[in-house]
Amino acid sequence: MKARVYVSMKTTVLDPQGQTVCHALNSLGHKEITSVRQGKFFEIALADGLPKEKTAIALDEIARDVLSNPVIEDYRVEILD
Amino acid sequence: MKFGVVVFPGSNCDHDAWYAVSQNLQQQAEFIWHDSPSLGDVDAVILPGGFSYGDYLRCGAIAKFSPVMSAIKKFVAGGGPVLGVCNGFQVLVEAGLLPGALVRNAGLKFICRTGPVRVETTDSIFTHQAENGQILQLPIAHGEGCYIADQETLDRLEREDRVALRYLDNRNGSMRDIAGILNEGRNVLGMMPHPERAADPLMGGTDGLVILSSLAGAYAGHAASHSPASKI
Repeated sequence: MKARVYVSMKTTVLDPQGQTVCHALNSLGHKEITSVRQGKFFEIALADGLPKEKTAIALDEIARDVLSNPVIEDYRVEILD
Repeated sequence: MKFGVVVFPGSNCDHDAWYAVSQNLQQQAEFIWHDSPSLGDVDAVILPGGFSYGDYLRCGAIAKFSPVMSAIKKFVAGGGPVLGVCNGFQVLVEAGLLPGALVRNAGLKFICRTGPVRVETTDSIFTHQAENGQILQLPIAHGEGCYIADQETLDRLEREDRVALRYLDNRNGSMRDIAGILNEGRNVLGMMPHPERAADPLMGGTDGLVILSSLAGAYAGHAASHSPASKI
């Protein structure tokens, strides 16, 4: 069983790294790019045969309490079979 | 007075803090290892600067789950004074002991320089020996020192006189130039500038001593007020 957690800055929080990447892309000629937000990606391996609902709740807790800081970041959890 | 200086793997201002309180202030000081479940008999705790746990995940994010932090949360709840400097400030916001967050500097660069910081309140055990509006020349050295919080939190900090220190030359993009804040109980101070690096004349300035000696003075006053010979 595998899961993916995506963590990104809240849209209300300034993301200077994303802005810098956006500027770099613009100066490379990719004028069509209007915004870049940079985030983090976690690939998590779990034991097989876990109950899906319980695992989803646990992963949500992990994403909220450990992998992200809810003051500044949003997260999204994907569970893969 | 006995200071406890917490040592996380990756702390690098722990010895500076220890030196400042033990040698410059002539107080007792001891190190507390990060996996210690208790704080012993210390009267105040310093969370020093550095890169606890390599700043992995987020600055202070792993440190907040270390055993010593559970002891510190209890210590804070009981009114014990805690000073978090730089990475220590980052650990305090991650642990929820102070509001807001510290994110990458607005200019993306690591900033290492000495600059002016204004004391915004003297109504705290960390600043009562300073004068209101006093300008301190304090070193900063951080990559993630941009203080952010939502408007409501910022308004509340100002209303409750909990902004302890403000930059006069805000280089990291901190909202409202905030360099240091107090918790609700006013017994926790988190600050990005390093008072312990401006505590010895050899270091080119001693402006940081006022923060540490305020703490020691508050303790001495507290101890005196509880003794029969007290004049207070």
